[in-house]
Amino acid sequence: MSVFINKDTKVIVQGITGSTALFHTKQMLEYGTKIVAGVTPGKGGTEVEGVPVFNTVQDAVEATGANASVIYVPAPFAADAILEAVDAELDIAICITEHIPVLDMVKVKRYMEGKKTRLVGPNCPGVITPDECKIGIMPGYIHTKGHVGVVSRSGTLTYEAVHQLSQAGIGQSTAVGIGGDPVNGTNFIDVLKAFNDDPETYAVIMIGEIGGTAEEEAAEWVKANMTKPVVGFIGGRTAPPGKRMGHAGAIISGGKGTADEKIRVLNECGIKVADTPSVMGETLISVLKEKGIYDQCKTH
Amino acid sequence: MNIHEYQGKEILRNYGVSVPNGRVAFTVEEAVEAAKELGTEVVVVKAQIHAGGRGKAGGVKVAKNLDEARTYATEILGKTLVTHQTGPEGKEVKRLLIEEGCDIKKEYYIGLVLDRATSRVVLMASEEGGTEIEEVAEKTPEKIFKEVIDPVVGLTGYQARRIAFNINIPKELVNKAVKFMTGLYTAFVEKDCSIAEINPLVVTGDGNVMALDAKLNFDSNALYRHKDILEYRDLEEEDPKEIEASKYDLSYISLDGNIGCMVNGAGLAMATMDIIKHYGGDPANFLDVGGGATAEKVTEAFKIILSDKNVKGIFVNIFGGIMKCDIIATGVVEAAKQLGLEVPLVVRLEGTNVDLGKQILKESGLNITPAESMADGAQKIVELVG
Repeated sequence: MSVFINKDTKVIVQGITGSTALFHTKQMLEYGTKIVAGVTPGKGGTEVEGVPVFNTVQDAVEATGANASVIYVPAPFAADAILEAVDAELDIAICITEHIPVLDMVKVKRYMEGKKTRLVGPNCPGVITPDECKIGIMPGYIHTKGHVGVVSRSGTLTYEAVHQLSQAGIGQSTAVGIGGDPVNGTNFIDVLKAFNDDPETYAVIMIGEIGGTAEEEAAEWVKANMTKPVVGFIGGRTAPPGKRMGHAGAIISGGKGTADEKIRVLNECGIKVADTPSVMGETLISVLKEKGIYDQCKTH
Repeated sequence: MNIHEYQGKEILRNYGVSVPNGRVAFTVEEAVEAAKELGTEVVVVKAQIHAGGRGKAGGVKVAKNLDEARTYATEILGKTLVTHQTGPEGKEVKRLLIEEGCDIKKEYYIGLVLDRATSRVVLMASEEGGTEIEEVAEKTPEKIFKEVIDPVVGLTGYQARRIAFNINIPKELVNKAVKFMTGLYTAFVEKDCSIAEINPLVVTGDGNVMALDAKLNFDSNALYRHKDILEYRDLEEEDPKEIEASKYDLSYISLDGNIGCMVNGAGLAMATMDIIKHYGGDPANFLDVGGGATAEKVTEAFKIILSDKNVKGIFVNIFGGIMKCDIIATGVVEAAKQLGLEVPLVVRLEGTNVDLGKQILKESGLNITPAESMADGAQKIVELVG
């Protein structure tokens, strides 16, 4: 088991003929992901990397029975691509595209209310269930199959955490990058709930950063509902206020969203927080040992 | 992106939002001329810089005649204002807004922001105008009223009325206040603002509801569809290194320390600053080279880091996903050769094509200290910088 995606997930690549999308389509196919279709308006009927291309998501779904999509469409058109995926009633749409105007996402979120599709991202590395399905841009080789769930706002910090785990012999159930934008489809709590319900996930690493209050809300949820151990890391302890640190979401404004405040709340809610990004793996392992589930999580 | 107050008011005027008449001036003569043209008894001379707190720093003066206007313009133009938002070095005033004075009856606060918790735009208002909204939120949170706006219907009449009544706008002026808020919201969404703050909004003796100040910020991701807003960009208000970085699509922010950082990914870049601090060092910058960097872009990033005279050492921390380690290595070697590297350089590479990257660094013959992990790298650079 795993969350959101598995070996049976059938994936459409939206914007498949762009250079980034092509590169990652190749990588995903090599990893074993079932890419069943691509969509680029006007290129329907052609084929790339052995994958049939359609003009619309609806055509692609009807022809292939796809239930997921990954979006590499450029920012000015990405919001529309998400709407198209939602309209086609896919189970999940994962949007890699960064720099989508935030008011576009406000409309997208409103449109998605009551709809079936789960959106992950935008501005995220994607989702991977090791050895089964990789949807996104993460380097596949650092992952190993196992029982620790990873959820993060940052792509490269997810890689860092996964790498530390794999090197220490701890495999992952699923790693989910929720993205660094202020308005996104799936938040920490959505993913934590899924991990809590997944029998194959025994523990979770949650990686947050400065800005907003999503980490604090997630920590409160963990305290009230989570039956599995969670450890955390918060990036941006040393970031100056008022400056936007790359991610549109990572900004300290009006004294809110500081790393210290987040760490305080996480600790209060029973989430052990790694002091530095290089000890995320170690911190998790120490908690696994405390809880007596280290042996179950050790996969190699 | 930030703009000046007078530019913000220009935009608002086009949306039917009432603002005082005013003119921008770049010289004292222009300022006096503007005051004459306005023809009102009293004019306000306002420093135009991209920072709040100008009044307290002496950047806003009320002139009762042309002579006073000249005196104040002379005093403020060229002055360096230090406010709580400029940092200790302050900001030099290069533009003035000369505005007609108005008879203020009462000051209010109106603001539009994106609320992350609801993923909606929220209208915030308070009777406590003129003070920082953060301060009001802390001391008297019951005096702040909010309306969450559904993007399908926009700010509705009843919501604007509810706000107006809640903050005690005189009832004969409620309709004017509603028109004001509706115009402000339309400007916000049509121009892709990230913040629109009117502090203070004033009710005047002659029965007007107007914006005495205007702070508009724009979503930089949406600027591609607003060429008119881009025209308002004032490069003199920005850090030259940050401008240079933005040309190459690098995300760079200057800091006060002496260890230059080059990292891929915003989260890892922030975490790299944190770990340098953890080991007792001080980062000179935040720099995210992004996922699609070329060797050329890496070289440019290096030049920007080295243009900061405080930099005594550089830490390159890369976890290649889309970014391939050999490209980073090639860029680093190229930059070091071109620029003649005189400060210690620590490089940590991991991820896609890592072995190839390490080999390129090794064979370059350059004095590069390799690191095995981000902790190892941070410790090494802190030690080398001393």
